[in-house]
Amino acid sequence: MKNTISERVADFLKDFPPFTNLTEDELLRLAFEVTILYKPNNGIIFSKDETPHEFFYVVHKGAVALTDKDAKHLTDICDEGDIFGLRPLVANENYQLDAIAHEESILYAIPFREFKPIALDNPLVGNFLIESFASNTRNPYSQKYRGSLYGVSNKEVVPPENRLLDFQKVSYSTDLVTCSENTKLNSLAHTMTDNHVGSILVIKKKLPVGIITDKDLRNKVLSGEVPITGTAKQVMTSPVITYPKDLTITQAQMAMMKSNISHLCLTEDGTPDTPVVGILSKHDVMVALGNNPAVLMRAIKRCNSTKELRAIRHGIMNLLRGYLEQNIPIRLVSKVISELKDAAIKQVITLVVASLESPPPVKFAWLSMGSQGRGEQLLNTDQDNAILFEDVPKAQLKKTSAFFQNLGELVTKELNTIGFEYCPAEMMASNPLWCHSLKEWKEVTNFWISNPGPDEVLLSSIFFDYNVTYGEKVLVDKLSNHIFEEVRKHPLFLTHLASGALQNPSPSGFFREFLVEQDGQHKDFFDLKQRVLMPMIDAARVLILSHNVKSINNTAERYEKLAELEPQNSELYLACSYASKALLKFRTIQGLQHNDSGRFIALDQLDKEEKIKLKRTFKTLKEIQELLQVRFQVKSFLG
Amino acid sequence: MKSRFKREKKEVLPNFWWEYQAKFSEEEPKEIEQTTFVLWDTETTGFNVTQDRILCIGAVKLLNGMLEVKNSFEVFLSQNYYDAETAKIHGILKKEKTTCLIELDALKQFLDYIGNAVLVGHHVLFDVNMINEALNRLGLPKLKNKTLDTSLLYKQTLLATSMLQKKEQYTLDELAEKFDISKKDRHTALGDALITAYAFMEILQRLKPKDIKELFKKQYPPRFSIW
Repeated sequence: MKNTISERVADFLKDFPPFTNLTEDELLRLAFEVTILYKPNNGIIFSKDETPHEFFYVVHKGAVALTDKDAKHLTDICDEGDIFGLRPLVANENYQLDAIAHEESILYAIPFREFKPIALDNPLVGNFLIESFASNTRNPYSQKYRGSLYGVSNKEVVPPENRLLDFQKVSYSTDLVTCSENTKLNSLAHTMTDNHVGSILVIKKKLPVGIITDKDLRNKVLSGEVPITGTAKQVMTSPVITYPKDLTITQAQMAMMKSNISHLCLTEDGTPDTPVVGILSKHDVMVALGNNPAVLMRAIKRCNSTKELRAIRHGIMNLLRGYLEQNIPIRLVSKVISELKDAAIKQVITLVVASLESPPPVKFAWLSMGSQGRGEQLLNTDQDNAILFEDVPKAQLKKTSAFFQNLGELVTKELNTIGFEYCPAEMMASNPLWCHSLKEWKEVTNFWISNPGPDEVLLSSIFFDYNVTYGEKVLVDKLSNHIFEEVRKHPLFLTHLASGALQNPSPSGFFREFLVEQDGQHKDFFDLKQRVLMPMIDAARVLILSHNVKSINNTAERYEKLAELEPQNSELYLACSYASKALLKFRTIQGLQHNDSGRFIALDQLDKEEKIKLKRTFKTLKEIQELLQVRFQVKSFLG
Repeated sequence: MKSRFKREKKEVLPNFWWEYQAKFSEEEPKEIEQTTFVLWDTETTGFNVTQDRILCIGAVKLLNGMLEVKNSFEVFLSQNYYDAETAKIHGILKKEKTTCLIELDALKQFLDYIGNAVLVGHHVLFDVNMINEALNRLGLPKLKNKTLDTSLLYKQTLLATSMLQKKEQYTLDELAEKFDISKKDRHTALGDALITAYAFMEILQRLKPKDIKELFKKQYPPRFSIW
C-alpha cells in the first residue's frame, strides 16, 4: 500500500540509518504506517517515567531536546533525521528522559510493531541498533555522532555543558585530504589551502606512509632545507603515528600530548598496516570539548554549509548558558555572543555569494538592524536586515536592484535555516523596501526625517541602529554622514523621535502593580520588550543622535557615553546603563529558561527579588523619560 | 427553490447520502483538540465551476496535531471533459494507468471519508463549489460540512501594522515558503493537502484560538479595527 504521502515519508527516511538498510518495498510499507505529528515550541512528546508509546520518533523538521528533569541536564538535541524514543520500546521499560520540542517540529511516529519484524529480519538494521545501544554513540555510522537512538540517558554519558566528555568517543573527520609521495609541494600546499586544513596525509597503496603539517612546511621548506620544487616525500614526517578509530577524547588528548603532535591518523585497527579511516586534529578535540568562543569562531569560519552552522548555533547557546551561570558581566557576554552571531551571518553571506552564478555587480553592504545591530541579541530572535549597494547609472538600477533582492532572499532563507526567525513585519533585505542603492537610501531617510509621522519614526528607530555585518563600510559611512547632516537640518525630527520613545510610559501602575497585557495570546503576561526594554533603547538613541555621536550602537554603551558628555546628568545615565544591562540579562535568562524569546514574562513565576530588581529599572526609566520630555518639549505631542 | 424541495425527498436520495447526513446529528466537539479536520485539495481541469471537472481528490485527517499516513484519501476520477492546458500543471493525463473511479463512486467514498469533519483547504470555497456542482449533477444536495480557508486564516497571523502591506491573496506557494515546507509534491491533490495541513498547524500555533468557535470567527475579522 502506498500513496503520495507515504512515498514522501519513505523518501525522507531512506537517507538516514538504520532506514538506509531497508529495501524500497520495506520502507514504503513502513512509511504507510507512520503518523505525522506537529509539536509547537516546548511541546511535550513524552515525559520521564511514562510508559512507552507504541511509536518511536524521527525528527522530520525542527529539533527535539532530550532532558533529564531531575538532573536538569540537557542530554541531547535531536536534529533532522535523528531517532529517539526507541530504546525503551526495545528494552521494555519506561522512558527515562523528557522529550520536548526545542522549536516548532514535525515528527514521524513509527509504530514499533511494524518496525520490529524488519529489525529482526534485517541483520544490518539489528546490528545498527545493537551497536548504538552498546557503544552509547547515538549513531555509530556517522562521524558526527548525531541521531540519538535511545530515549534514555546512560549514566556514563555526561551532558556536554559539564565539559566532562572525557570518555565519550571522539568524532573525527572522514573527509581525508591526501596526496602521494611524489606530489609536488606547491600543489599539495594548494590542496591544503583549498580544504582549509592544516595537515595532509601521504598515502601509498591506501596505507598511510607520512603526514605533512603546516609546521613541516615551515620548518623544512621555508627554512630552505627542501626547495619549493621538492616532493611530499622529502618533507613528510614518517612513519605516521596511528591510533584505532574508537578513541575517547581523553585518549586522543593524551596521545597528542605524549607525541607532541597536533594530528592523529586513525586506521582500521590502529596500526599503519591497515587503511586510514579518518584524521583527528587538535581542533576536533577542542570542538568536542566545546564551550570556547575561539573554537566556535574557527568552526564558523570553516563551515561549508548552513547545516553545519545550525549545529554550531546550539554550541553558541550552550556557551551563553554557561556564561550566565558563571555570572560573567553581561557586557562581555553580549560582546562575545554578538560577535559569534555576526560571524555566522557573515559566513552565510559568504557562502551564498560564492554560490551565485555571477558575482555582485557593484559593491554592497549587509546591514543588521535592531537588536543585532545594537549588539544586544543574545537569544535567537527575529532577523532584521537591509542591503545598501553602490549607486549605478539609472538604466541599470532595475537590474541591480533585482540582483540584490535575490541575494537578500537567498540569505534570509539560509539565516532562517540556522535559526534566525523571519521578521514578522518583513523588515528584511528580501523586501524591496529594505534593499536600496545609496541614493535611494538617502531619499528614504530624508523622507523619514523631514516627515516624521508615527510610521516614519518607528522605521527610523529600527533602521538607525544599523551595523555593517558584511561588505563595504565606506558606503555605510557615507549614508551615516548623510543622516546626521539631515537630522541637524530638521531639529523637529528629534522631538518626534523622543515622543516615540515616550509612547510607552513607565510600566508601574497606580498601585505600584505591574501592567500586564490585556488581551491576545499573551494575556496576563508582562511584555518586557515593549514596556521596558524598547523605551530604554529608544531614549538612548534620541539622546545619542542629538549629540551627533556616531558608531555607538549598544544601549548600555550609549548611556555611558552620555554620562561622559553630560557630567551633570552622569548619575542618571549610569543608572540607565546599569538598568539596560540588567534588563538584557533578565530577558536572556528568562528566554533560556523557557526556550523562547524571553519577551513575555509570567509575573507569578518571578520571585520577590526578581520583581524588586525589575521595578527598580522602572524607576530609572521613568526618570529618563522625564528628562526626554523636558529636553525635547514633547508634552504638546502627547496631547 | 422548487427543485431543491424535490431533491430532498427521501426516496430520490441514495443510501450513502443518508449515512453522510446522519453523521451531522452527532454533537460537534467544541475543543480544537477533539475536532477532526480534513485537509484537502482537488485537481481540476480548470477554474470554471460549471464547465470544468474534478480529476483528483486528495485529503488527510488531522486530530490533535496528529496525522496518520495510512488514513489519507486519494482518488483519481475518469472524466470525459479534458483540458490539455491545465494538464501541464497537475500532470494527470487523460488515459493514465492509475485506476480511475467514476464521479459517483469517488464522491461516495469522499463523503464516507469526511463525515462531519471540518473541511480545511487553501481557497477552500473553490473546491467546495466543485464538489457541490458534481453532487448537483448527480441530483444530490450540497456538502454540509463547516469549512476553514487557510488563505484567510494566514492573513490573520500577519502583524497588524501599517508597515506591512498585506496582499489580498496569498498562494499556497507563499505559505509553503513562509513556513519552510517542502514543495516537492505541489500540484498533486494529496501533496497539496499535506502542505495545507502543515501550514494549518503552524497557523493554529500562531493564532492560538481558545476553541473551535473562535477559530471560525478569525476567518472574517471585523473590517474596521478600533485604534
